[in-house]
Amino acid sequence: MCTGPVGDPDRGDRVSANLTLIITASFMIGCGVYLILERSLTRVLVGLIMLGNGANLLFMVAGGPAGKPPIIGTAPTEEMADPLPQALVLTAIVIALGTTAFLLAMAHRSWQLNGNDDVQDDLEDAAIRQLAATDDVSDSHELSQEASAEEDAEEEVYEEEGAEQ
Amino acid sequence: MTMTALVPLPVVLALFGAGTTLMLSRRPRAQRFVTISILTAIAAIAAILLVEADRNGPQVLWVGGWASPLGIALVADRLAALMLLVSAVVTLLVLLYSLGQGMTGDSRKAPMSVYHPTFLVLVAGVSNAFLAGDLFNLFVSFEMLLFASYVLLTLGGTEARIRAGTIYVVVNMLSSALFLVSLAAVYAATGSLNLAQLSQRLGEVSDGTSLMLQLLLLTTFAIKAAVFPLSFWLPDSYPTAPAPVTAVFAGLLTKVGVYAILRVQVLLFPDSHLSDLLLWAALLTMVIGILGAIAQSDIKRMLSFTLVSHIGYMIFGIGLASAAGISGAIFYVAHHITIQTALFLVVGLIERRAGSTGLIRIGGLAALSPVLAILFFVPAMNLAGIPPMSGFIGKVGLLQAGIDDGSWLALVLVAGGTITSLLTLYAVAKTWSLAFWRTPEQAHEMMLALPGLEEGQEASDDKHEITRHGQHIHMAGTAFGTRELEEARRVIDSDAPDRDLYQRLADNSLPKRLPLSMVLPTTALIAFSLVLTVVAGPLFGFTDRAADDLLERTPYVHAVLGEDG
Repeated sequence: MCTGPVGDPDRGDRVSANLTLIITASFMIGCGVYLILERSLTRVLVGLIMLGNGANLLFMVAGGPAGKPPIIGTAPTEEMADPLPQALVLTAIVIALGTTAFLLAMAHRSWQLNGNDDVQDDLEDAAIRQLAATDDVSDSHELSQEASAEEDAEEEVYEEEGAEQ
Repeated sequence: MTMTALVPLPVVLALFGAGTTLMLSRRPRAQRFVTISILTAIAAIAAILLVEADRNGPQVLWVGGWASPLGIALVADRLAALMLLVSAVVTLLVLLYSLGQGMTGDSRKAPMSVYHPTFLVLVAGVSNAFLAGDLFNLFVSFEMLLFASYVLLTLGGTEARIRAGTIYVVVNMLSSALFLVSLAAVYAATGSLNLAQLSQRLGEVSDGTSLMLQLLLLTTFAIKAAVFPLSFWLPDSYPTAPAPVTAVFAGLLTKVGVYAILRVQVLLFPDSHLSDLLLWAALLTMVIGILGAIAQSDIKRMLSFTLVSHIGYMIFGIGLASAAGISGAIFYVAHHITIQTALFLVVGLIERRAGSTGLIRIGGLAALSPVLAILFFVPAMNLAGIPPMSGFIGKVGLLQAGIDDGSWLALVLVAGGTITSLLTLYAVAKTWSLAFWRTPEQAHEMMLALPGLEEGQEASDDKHEITRHGQHIHMAGTAFGTRELEEARRVIDSDAPDRDLYQRLADNSLPKRLPLSMVLPTTALIAFSLVLTVVAGPLFGFTDRAADDLLERTPYVHAVLGEDG
């Protein structure tokens, strides 16, 4: 089997997981998940950044204990830190930067269009929900046009009316 | 000079083209020339790789000339080469179509200059995903194609597209984060991300760890592939994009997820404990997806739901984990990429000709444009699996594999697959009879009978608080140019209730003819899908060989790591 400094199958023995890193990562991922469940796009964005950084920390755990700089000739191979996870994390950070910039631009555009950056409801979904509420499923052509311009609140009222019928 | 030098070209050429077209953004003609020639070249290279991989086994290239297990491997085996070829043909035709359409239907310069580079980055990402020989490279290719897809989906930045794009971007960023977590876990457990090395080392990992890694990877890819409980983002986000963009997304992006599931499932976890779970997911995806399709009143949304539903067939084949099942799944992927893309292109034509894709507003298209009717009818019947077309052959292959398997769950899946096929037929037949068979007058009368039309109109104006001042329109506290708003309205109100096909025909506001530059690529793609039917025998032979290789695993591992690997 081919082995190298990176591909050493016995490596698992000397990796002792760093508990501080794991707890920090899980805390960040937890916060990230909570924030993603918000409606405001900026909060979702902060959540995604925390989530991504938490995942990046996990690579530090996966990389094993710290060591000498991984430059050939400066230290014995066994004492070097594993360079691969760091390369992976760097790539992931660059990608996250681009995506974050794009999402910010979308939040800004959403604010331009709507005056807020809340994630909007899908109109067609609302229309179909309305159909279900009024029990009109069998006639596909009887789509209520109100759906194309309604607010959440109106829709809830509508559904309640449907329930009473 | 061996053929391995060709392996990275589908990625490199596409990225090179992306840079070139970006520099040429002021010269649309040169841009077109570069994009078309590069996509043609990629298709040719993919064809060569397909033949080469079939004759001489997987073609491997270690990028940068690093020693075998250290660098980044690109691998073109039978499966990857086939996916590459189908995707290259489809993307080329979609690009030709979008040129005919004028991208987004208008000739503004801004979307023009980014369309070509973004499209090529998408192609590079898709090609790279098929060729990736290690998991991190797969992650990078996912990010490449996703990033391009974010831009294409929100092209023009209209309200509807921003709304749909938000959901799409957030869901995909979440799945990317999940992918990173699974990569970290895989690396911690095995010390490698190379697929061939992983296939050797995961056997030594304890069962519990291996199960966790498998679940993490499957969840990640299931989000991308839109497998049932993780499929809700898809019908929500795809239909708002321009027709060619939706077409290429529907055809390719979910299939990249399916490809990743297939690759990981077969190569890394051959004795999977999760086959039953996959089968259940396949069943639910098929049935719930198609029930969603029946409920839709818009052709684009209906097709998005059939897309989700038919992903189930491929997962069915993968879940069976037999040679016949895998072979059927590969065939079905090739078939479905072509057919789903073709259908979305046809929907773009319908939108052009009838001004809407809402089933309550259109009718009589068969009399209005017989060509359009044929173009819709053939792929729709193919999708539903009417013999003798490739949809039928692919489904028979999968159902046969299910019957051969013989377990009760597989038989339930066979029943579910048959029902899904019939319900697909129902969904497309409903679309056919509403959009093509009845007259526009009937459609108009039905629409007038709809309740609450007037109030709905007023409510929409109240909500937006629109005021006009000369060239500018003030809406919800922000000022816009009239043109900007008109474009926004064109997208949002493409289904405006006051303007159905009957009225548009009456006031002559529709184009009389379909542009040939849009019809021809669509026809070519449908012809390609029919060619898949004609060569179904040899193609099934090819997918059988591909499936055998995949299940045996040694051809792939030996090609990547050497005979002693």
